[in-house]
Amino acid sequence: MSIRLRELIRNVRQCKTAAEERDVIAKESAALRNAFREQDTLYRHRNVAKLMYIHMLGYPTHFGQMETLKLIAANGFPEKRIGYLGLMILLDERHEVLMLVTNSLKNDLNARNQYTVGLALCALGNICSVEMARDLSPEVERLLGSSNSFIRKKAALCCMRVLRKVPDAVESFADKAPALLSDRHHGVLLAGTSLLLELCQLDPALIPSYRQQVPQLCKILRGLLMTGFAPEHDVGGITDPFLQVKILRLLRVLGAGDADASDAMSDILAQVASNTEAARNAGNAILYEAVQTIMGTESIGGLRVLAINILGRFLANRDNNMRYVALNTLARVVAVDTQAVQRHRSTIVECVKDADVSIRRRALELVYALVNEGNIKALTKELLDYLQVADAEFKPDLTAKIAALVQRFAPDKRWHCDSLLQVLTQAGGTVKEAVCRSLVVLLTNAPELHGYAAREFFRALRDARGRPPAPLLATTAAWFLGEYGELVTAGSPLLEGEPALEASEGDVVAALEGVLAGGEPGSAERREYALTALMKLAARFPDQADRIQAVLARHARSPQVEAQARAVEYGQLFGYDALRPALLERMPPLDEAAYARALGTAAAIQAAGAPLAAVSAAGNDAVGDLLSLDEAPAVGSGAAAAPSAADMLHDLLGGAGAAGGNGAAPATAPADALDLLSMLDAPAPAAKAPAAQDPLADLFTAPAAPAQPAAPAPAPAALPSVTAFERDGVRAVLAFRKPPGAPAHTEVTATYTNAGAAPVTGFTLQAAVPKFMTLRLAAASGTTLPPGGAGAVTQRLHLTNSQHGVKPVALRLRIAYTADGAPAVHQVEVKNLPADL
Amino acid sequence: MTVKFILLVNKQGQTRLAKYTDVGMAVEERRVLEGEIVRKCLARSEKQCSFIEHRNYKVVYRRYASLFFLVGVDSEENELATLEFIHCLVETLDRYFSNVCELDLMFNLEMAHFIVDEMLMNGCVVETNKHNILAPVQLLEKAN
Repeated sequence: MSIRLRELIRNVRQCKTAAEERDVIAKESAALRNAFREQDTLYRHRNVAKLMYIHMLGYPTHFGQMETLKLIAANGFPEKRIGYLGLMILLDERHEVLMLVTNSLKNDLNARNQYTVGLALCALGNICSVEMARDLSPEVERLLGSSNSFIRKKAALCCMRVLRKVPDAVESFADKAPALLSDRHHGVLLAGTSLLLELCQLDPALIPSYRQQVPQLCKILRGLLMTGFAPEHDVGGITDPFLQVKILRLLRVLGAGDADASDAMSDILAQVASNTEAARNAGNAILYEAVQTIMGTESIGGLRVLAINILGRFLANRDNNMRYVALNTLARVVAVDTQAVQRHRSTIVECVKDADVSIRRRALELVYALVNEGNIKALTKELLDYLQVADAEFKPDLTAKIAALVQRFAPDKRWHCDSLLQVLTQAGGTVKEAVCRSLVVLLTNAPELHGYAAREFFRALRDARGRPPAPLLATTAAWFLGEYGELVTAGSPLLEGEPALEASEGDVVAALEGVLAGGEPGSAERREYALTALMKLAARFPDQADRIQAVLARHARSPQVEAQARAVEYGQLFGYDALRPALLERMPPLDEAAYARALGTAAAIQAAGAPLAAVSAAGNDAVGDLLSLDEAPAVGSGAAAAPSAADMLHDLLGGAGAAGGNGAAPATAPADALDLLSMLDAPAPAAKAPAAQDPLADLFTAPAAPAQPAAPAPAPAALPSVTAFERDGVRAVLAFRKPPGAPAHTEVTATYTNAGAAPVTGFTLQAAVPKFMTLRLAAASGTTLPPGGAGAVTQRLHLTNSQHGVKPVALRLRIAYTADGAPAVHQVEVKNLPADL
Repeated sequence: MTVKFILLVNKQGQTRLAKYTDVGMAVEERRVLEGEIVRKCLARSEKQCSFIEHRNYKVVYRRYASLFFLVGVDSEENELATLEFIHCLVETLDRYFSNVCELDLMFNLEMAHFIVDEMLMNGCVVETNKHNILAPVQLLEKAN
């Protein structure tokens, strides 16, 4: 015997544990299955109601789907109603059983009872699939002209769904929709406005023709403003704010980019903006929409001032909701009128420190957009001050933003270094690795700051004593001390305003030993850095060599394989006194141009509106993988030379028993030289890493060198890569390689990326060369370029220049693709090809 | 510019009504989403603003006694108008149940759904006039 719905609810509510609840539901589900099997028609609609309840609790209900269909086919209105409700809740458009309901829907759409028609329209509007949309669109179109407003409003919204499913039906509805705007019923007006918005979005070509409706829309809006008290649509003294908001939005779409239309609506916009009562939420909703419309259309200056003033009032409001929408709108406005937003800068900076995380995030976005060369110092200081007290959840966002700002606008390198160091010491755990990499690139190229950076990082390590420094701070500090450690102690001149530092060679070594200590998770990486740094210092602090050797000996038994391998290998190096100093020399400066190019791509991604996280994630993945455990700068030998050297080292390692510990190197050395090459030339952040060389491999070069002095010699000279094509964010970069011994041949690796917001499909590249050359084009690795630079397609080209040395290589490209639905074909002559191809 | 879901949740985080207009979410997924959002909302104080950003939704919420009304919208939607819509929904429910409470909604789930369906269709507001909303709903009462 089945129980009533109320009883079921009561039973569930009495359950004390989740297991009990599952039990009750399982029992009830079994009972329902039985009832369905026995074709129990008496309680069918109660059973479906139970199903909905069970579904809401999050349990499976698929067994009851057929029952809802049977209810829909029933004759009585109550059954139909619960059936349609079940249909909307239990099913969605992907379910195949939905096909079975099309016929019932058709019948109901043609029913004589308006409520039955309303039910069918509502259901169709919520779950309609492509097939249903095709089958039933004539019915919906007919109902749009119904004389009953109850049906008209529902039909209008149902149209929206149908059109979204079947965009080619736009034509037949496009002419009917404007008629809805002359309706008297507010529900129909609201639905009609929504439908027009949808049509404009689906087919922007319709917008010009709909501009004729601007006067009508203004008339409706004026009517709403002018009527005194209208009880049926009154919300706190304002007549139908929902309709006002919708109309304002449609006006924004119609007025954008069209001076005439904007002019036609300027009067009413001014009226709305100045007459709407801002004491209640409803009024503010309208003002908020009106401001967006004013800023989004070609409004005159006076109107814009009015809008910005309203935002200023919102921003000064004590209600957090108002401040939130103000920040939200200012963020949209900032692109149009930066000056106006700058005026509110101090208030916005205050909002970054708000107790409410929603507000903080909005404000941070806005501050980020407001920073320029002039105010970077002041704003960064504010943000850094706040970083100290910010809660942990918010720090990653904040540090990412500060780092990005510093990288973009830093007035000088010392300030850049100071700011990033401050970020690292205050919130080292949340900083992205790419930030430190850029700092390393920057500072290796600034000899005057080498000592300063080393001293600053030394101080940071020393001050952090007692509690472990953040991993990233520790690794970066270790790297700097390893490279420039002698500048901490030797009296290298202090920079202006820098406090004096008393530190001996022993202190520096002790600081690095501090980094080595501690066994908390994640300490492996910094241990590796510290070991390498100590080894480097051993060459420069001869007095400390014994101490360092002792440290290495201790780690030779480390349970961490990588640390152990390094310790053993470095220990071996002490046996080669003649080689050691040369081997442990300082890194040459890193290639700033390559890094800047990578940053440029990152900036483009950001400009495309992708959240910052995407950028840092991309940077992290690519760079992190390549550099996971060493100071990439270890390889200064030039990008192209590296891979071939690595290959040879592979071979050498097999026999170079003298070097010992040959287990670690092959594991991390790049497997395929060409793979690496293509990554290097990709404009992705990967390019930051000049080469993902294993430092061990590098070290091995030296001991092995006497045996095979010729080893690195045949490495080809690096050829600069060339950006052959760049438009709409689509970019093709060509990287060149000369196979050894065949000067007439050139291997070209083309890398295609897409920094735009929309995916690019059907990407093809064809190339042509003059008669004296031959060209072989391999298949590309794909034809689709994901948006935001998130992936690259590569393609290999083989060029042979029969007139090598006489005539230069010439190359013409034909590039075809579809971006954002629009096909594009471009032809380019590749300029600035390297001269000696 | 549409409403993606409406949730009514009590202070204990139990869902009392769920209406999704954004299809393509499995039941388990919905449960997870509801849990995450509710936890976020419950953690916020009265003074903080009524909007939170979660996944790719913007959630506008408002608390009435022990019930939270949560509406998920896309980033284009007017947040203040959504807040007003929540209030309109509450007033309508209040008029129908006269002094609506959590139990009313629990035991009359389908009625609450009928009312929501009269107000919202395909994620867009259809009707905000309480009389127009309730007329078809109340008609059924009489018929029974």
